[in-house]
Amino acid sequence: MTNNDEGAGIVSAPSRVPGQPTRRELWLRRQRRKAAIIAVVSTVATFGGLAWLITSSSGWPKVKTIFFNAERFKEDFPEILGYLWVDVKLFLQTAPFILLWGLVIALCRNTRNPVLFPLRAFAAVYTDFFRGVPIILTIYLVGFGIPKLGLLEGDFHFLGFGGNWTSPYLWGPIALVLAYSAYVAEVFRSGIEGVHESQRAGARSLGLSHTQTMRHVIIPQAARRVVPPLMNDLLSLQKDVALLSVLGIIEVFRRATSIKDLTGNFTPLVAAAVIFLALTIPETRLVDWYTNRQRRRTGGSQVG
Amino acid sequence: MKRQILATAAMVGLLLAACGDDETTSSDTTVAAAETTVAATETTVAPADTTAATGGDAAACADGKTLEAGSLTIATGDPAFPPYVLDDAPESGEGFESAVALAVAKELGFEGDAVKWVRTSFDTAVAGSDSTNDFNLQQFTINDERKLVVSFSDPYYTANQAVLGYVDGPGKDVTKLSDLKALRLGAAAGTTSLQFILDVIQPDAEPFAFNSNADAKTALDNKQIDAIITDLPTGLYISAVEIEGTKVFGQFPIDAGGAGDQWGLLLSKDNPLTECTSLAIANLTASGELATITETWMGEWSEAPTLSKD
Repeated sequence: MTNNDEGAGIVSAPSRVPGQPTRRELWLRRQRRKAAIIAVVSTVATFGGLAWLITSSSGWPKVKTIFFNAERFKEDFPEILGYLWVDVKLFLQTAPFILLWGLVIALCRNTRNPVLFPLRAFAAVYTDFFRGVPIILTIYLVGFGIPKLGLLEGDFHFLGFGGNWTSPYLWGPIALVLAYSAYVAEVFRSGIEGVHESQRAGARSLGLSHTQTMRHVIIPQAARRVVPPLMNDLLSLQKDVALLSVLGIIEVFRRATSIKDLTGNFTPLVAAAVIFLALTIPETRLVDWYTNRQRRRTGGSQVG
Repeated sequence: MKRQILATAAMVGLLLAACGDDETTSSDTTVAAAETTVAATETTVAPADTTAATGGDAAACADGKTLEAGSLTIATGDPAFPPYVLDDAPESGEGFESAVALAVAKELGFEGDAVKWVRTSFDTAVAGSDSTNDFNLQQFTINDERKLVVSFSDPYYTANQAVLGYVDGPGKDVTKLSDLKALRLGAAAGTTSLQFILDVIQPDAEPFAFNSNADAKTALDNKQIDAIITDLPTGLYISAVEIEGTKVFGQFPIDAGGAGDQWGLLLSKDNPLTECTSLAIANLTASGELATITETWMGEWSEAPTLSKD
């Protein structure tokens, strides 16, 4: 390409042949190709360099035997995978109660009637307390403390749970519901408060009561906004059910750490991580997909 | 090599320190020809010391191989439990493991102030990532898989698995292994006891694996489980001292699949001190001192009926 050509391009229109890319398009294409090549080279250099650095370190053979032991993985993975259902089941059993109880707390917090002040105070103290205490402590205290009272005896059967009243399979999920509903309540509250005050004022001026305003105007708008952050909390719940292992429940994480302690090899933990990822990555994609779809549907109307 | 590492380290600054350190360590120490360690960073055997090991003198063997010259650092659990360590004070020599540790230390040539105690968690120790001590003892069962990452002395004790529950509880009629299937069983996670439940007993109800024996005891006390599987001395101690109204219903002999747990001192992988500690234990066994210590502290904690397999 010469200067002459370029000059001609600017002056005379006929150089543009229909169906053929313009010189600008060719230039852009070249730029894109160049950018792609640079990205690939930079990625390979960064990760290749990191990989080289890690694998050439003097401790790498040891790390490989202890963390990435193929033989152990083959042996332990199916064994640990057998406990995946326990995690999924605990998640499915707690999630609905968390959403329900969280909403109740959020509504309590949002009451306006002075008579209901105790409810408001309760909700505020509740969220402060359970968000402030590490979840694992809540699980420990509820899971071992309440059964110690000895108030309840015998067996129960409820929604796929079953067993003794003292069972960790009962109190563990209850502890998770208590702790997580505090977070979820805050999500609901921010959703409710995020609905513009004019909506409430408008509804009230039309003669709707507080309850009717909440039911028909505020909650429907709030619900849509809280879905993405709620999904986020549920994702994190999916991983946190592993905390119930402190009550003795044998699930993926507990089984993996047991094998780890017995063998001194950390590969089972890597296997457990793989299992959790296989569960949570599709869930994350689902949340992303939903969030995007919602954004498309509501267009830009959320702005302002 | 050093230049290469430094060049790459400049790229990822975070890892610089780790690489540099390793490099310095291996250039500072002499690698003995016989050593076949995975990483070249282990401390090494000075040729003069290896000959002493065959002579039977544990003190000569240990000379110069401890973490700090002139002193021996021993690790145990935090807290350490009776009957292994009384009052959580291992330096007193009161309690089985405390007494064994001090006897081994004496054999190795360390007494009084030359013996230091540190605390580590069970997990850190078996993971082989602990370099705070010369050896660690908190009822570590010797097994081949652990030997891949840590080293063990020869065993100083063999413990059977046992079942413990309330005298009037659901476990009271247990006479054989298969009777346990119907019970809600619990054990401390990461122990041979848990593996024994899963592999040998294979109970009908989901078993529980607790963070520690303390949690298992709480669960038993709460009636969240019917029985605890643990090693015999721990079980006997719990029933006699810790939870009133419980008893050990029986122990599992080796032929019931309850392979005896052999406990050894745990050392970092290929620690040259390993053979010296084994030598010390051999000397203590030969002199009858180990038997005396065992009888003194564990005598009370090794009597229980034997359960049959079927």
